[in-house]
Amino acid sequence: MSHFLRRQRYLIDFTLASLGRRKGKNLGLLGVYTLIVFLLASVMLFSQSLRREAGLLLENAPEVVVQRMVAGRHDLIPAAYLERIGKVRGVAAKYGRLWGYFYDPAVQANYTLLVPRDQEIKSGEMIVGAGIARTRGLGAGDYLTFRSAQGQSFAFRVADVLASDAELVSADLLLVNEADYRAFFGIAEGMYTDLALEVRNPQEVRKVAEKLSVMLPDTRPILREEILRTYDALFQWRQGIVFVLLAGSLLAFVIFAWDKASGLSAEEKREIGILKAIGWETADVIRMKFWEGALVSLGAFLLGYLAAYVHVFFFDAALFAPVLKGWAVLYPQFRPQPFVDGLQVATLFFFTVFPYTVATVVPIWRAATTDPDAVMR
Amino acid sequence: MLLSPAILALIGVSAVVTALLLLASVFAVRVLRHWDIRSGSELQLRLERSTYLISTLVTFAIAAEVVALLLFVYNAEGMHTQFVGAMCATGVLNVNAWGWPALLLKIAVFFAGSVWLLLNRLDNQGYDYPLIRLKYGLLLVLLPLVATAAVVQLQYFLNLNPDVITSCCGSLFSPDAQGVAAEVSSVTPRTAMLALYGSGALVFASGAIYLWRRRLATLFAASAAVAFPIAIVAIVSCVALYVYEHPHHHCPFCILKSGHDYIGYWLYLPLFTATALALGVGALAPWRHIESLRTAVAADARRYAAIALAGFVLFYAVATWAIVRSNLTMAGTWW
Amino acid sequence: MIRLNDISKAFNQGQPNEFWAVRDVTLDIEDNRITVLRGPSGSGKTTLLSMIGCLSRPTSGRILLGERNLSGLPERFLTQIRRETFGFIFQRFNLIAGLTVLDNVMLPAYPLAPDHGALVQRATALLEQFGMGSKVASKVEWLSGGEAQRTAICRALLNDPQILIADEPTANLDTRLSQEFMTIIGELKAAGRTLILTSHDPVVSDAPCVDRVITLRDGQVQAD
Repeated sequence: MSHFLRRQRYLIDFTLASLGRRKGKNLGLLGVYTLIVFLLASVMLFSQSLRREAGLLLENAPEVVVQRMVAGRHDLIPAAYLERIGKVRGVAAKYGRLWGYFYDPAVQANYTLLVPRDQEIKSGEMIVGAGIARTRGLGAGDYLTFRSAQGQSFAFRVADVLASDAELVSADLLLVNEADYRAFFGIAEGMYTDLALEVRNPQEVRKVAEKLSVMLPDTRPILREEILRTYDALFQWRQGIVFVLLAGSLLAFVIFAWDKASGLSAEEKREIGILKAIGWETADVIRMKFWEGALVSLGAFLLGYLAAYVHVFFFDAALFAPVLKGWAVLYPQFRPQPFVDGLQVATLFFFTVFPYTVATVVPIWRAATTDPDAVMR
Repeated sequence: MLLSPAILALIGVSAVVTALLLLASVFAVRVLRHWDIRSGSELQLRLERSTYLISTLVTFAIAAEVVALLLFVYNAEGMHTQFVGAMCATGVLNVNAWGWPALLLKIAVFFAGSVWLLLNRLDNQGYDYPLIRLKYGLLLVLLPLVATAAVVQLQYFLNLNPDVITSCCGSLFSPDAQGVAAEVSSVTPRTAMLALYGSGALVFASGAIYLWRRRLATLFAASAAVAFPIAIVAIVSCVALYVYEHPHHHCPFCILKSGHDYIGYWLYLPLFTATALALGVGALAPWRHIESLRTAVAADARRYAAIALAGFVLFYAVATWAIVRSNLTMAGTWW
Repeated sequence: MIRLNDISKAFNQGQPNEFWAVRDVTLDIEDNRITVLRGPSGSGKTTLLSMIGCLSRPTSGRILLGERNLSGLPERFLTQIRRETFGFIFQRFNLIAGLTVLDNVMLPAYPLAPDHGALVQRATALLEQFGMGSKVASKVEWLSGGEAQRTAICRALLNDPQILIADEPTANLDTRLSQEFMTIIGELKAAGRTLILTSHDPVVSDAPCVDRVITLRDGQVQAD
């Protein structure tokens, strides 16, 4: 073992012993420190997993969606537009989609009604999202009755409940077949909610969108990558807002750390004085104190991060979910997939360990430059 | 601007590091004005003790800058989904004119700070602190560099406007013209390769001469200073292409990803360390004639030179290995 | 040989409460002798001792350790010289509570980072030599005055210093223990070490092994 490493080992040895001798003070610091790491790490892990979840969801969405605009408002789009688009280079498939929202006064929530393209649903049946099934207490075979646009009652039999792996978005979903959908909302044949285009080559998406806006001037094309980008920015921004809000507690923590580091007890001062008198150099004392900070930081960081990990991935981020998920009555029960990412850990490091260290540099230096002959006075 | 935690952290770190160096400079100015090594006065004792604070502050600031440099690159990588046409970190740095200067300044801060720390370490071994005025003078040069890096980085982030859907229908998708070029310009692989191995040979020759004969330290430092940018250019225009096995992907950052076996770290870590130490050898060697520093210069410079050479060996070996094992054939086809 | 040349030491220099603790002291302290600095409290003997032991620096004057000029050396280098050359025994022993006897004795070697096994061996051997072998693993707060004193001596000897410095070593000991201590001091001298003590305890200054007593008053040498 090299001389350098051996010396660090001696210093760490001493530091561990000295931390152990002042359990009360150090546990207090560790507790507050861990709490700060926990708060920030929870926010990061949670909003990061929301982003990922959204990304996974949109993976299977069409690359381009065309909406018709009337007087600046989204309107139904005639099927004839599909023919007007004709053959655009790079478009692999195009089709009309039917979907919409329905307000259920019984639970005061909005459902999303959707006609699936790849799934046959029998007339009078529907498939419901897990959120709806939970709130209305539904299982396969149960009946649910809604009032349609024309005022008649429509009874649907629940054929199935959707799997909950990406529940964040499917929680409020109701799947029905096309004929039922049109009858329920009173939408004429030949009209769609919007059109979807599949474009295989990502390089061509933008070109396709450009052509569409020339061809169909009363429509707006929406690109999947734009939605993803917007989600990304939105979640980043929310995360940033929460961090700014937490800046107050961070500042309190820094002041607390400063206070702990500069308010050395008489006992600790005497100890540093003894060390200096028996031959420790100022730099040795600074190194020893550095290790003290590093060990406390490491402990707090690991504990806090672990606690946040458990909080987010096993307890559904119970503390922050309402802030970060957005407003909804049907809260999706959402089990994000666990993961760890370097950018996050580095960012978290700068929000916790870095301020702690900055706050303690000057107090450590002050303590370390005690007069070596102080113990003789 | 983007209000992401990573960006907040980077801006915060740069500001705090600048503040720390400012504090160190205040003490440094006091030392420069009143330093008198022969005096036994209490003032002199206080000044001596403040040198510990200055060393600690600068060490800490530079360490933070190193981590921040990594975070800066990770962050650029993480943000590429938010900009039209940005395929990876390169594209994000291209979003506005401040991106590359911010990165280059951060690298400059790393080298300047490392050399300062090596010089400081040397001086602390001389019982009369012979370089104290020089090193604190240099600290006053380091401060504006760090401050500039912080300001440029701030400008970069402030001018970073993500392409986001707005409800106004006219600007729903960003026109391609505003898209960001995902590539860095490059020289031909042939030229890059020749320069890479040419400068490598120069570094090895001058380093070996220094280790054996204790001469030409300045040449060693200078050749490292030349070899570093050449190595970066070579990575961009040649080595990276072999790693990606794609003749047009010139990105110096994607090689850091898991998909490429993290080979980037094997290239950059030795290269940065070796260059910093080689520059350090150049900064240390001129003081070998000072009585109180003679043994320290001999020991330190020799060790730095040895580690630097080992680092360069590792760098050139990894670069060569990346080229050799690649399935991409450029010789004859693209040259 | 330690030579003090016109040594003065001021506290709160340049302020209204400026105070010169030691004034123009010139002294030679020979090797392998026991020298006692005697004087009432406030006479400057501890200040002088701390300057001799490289714990502090004179405001003016020169201190030579052998051929080497110590005045003007920064603290960093004074510490290096100090830990190689001097061992210290303090008035209140100054052991670190909560650590074992062995850990306390090993502390001065930590910054030098010797091999851990060798260090433990050296410290244990020293403790055994002073009859503390059975107390190696005890915490220092449970030691009696005499045991604490011997632990402090072992700690002072750990880095095998040429010169041993003791500040009022018998202030917290009864007469029997004080005499025991002076016996140990005599043995250390016989082993070839130089010892410098401060004390106003007659047990110390009148001990037969003491070679020289220097009396200080108001920061100046009164009698030699």
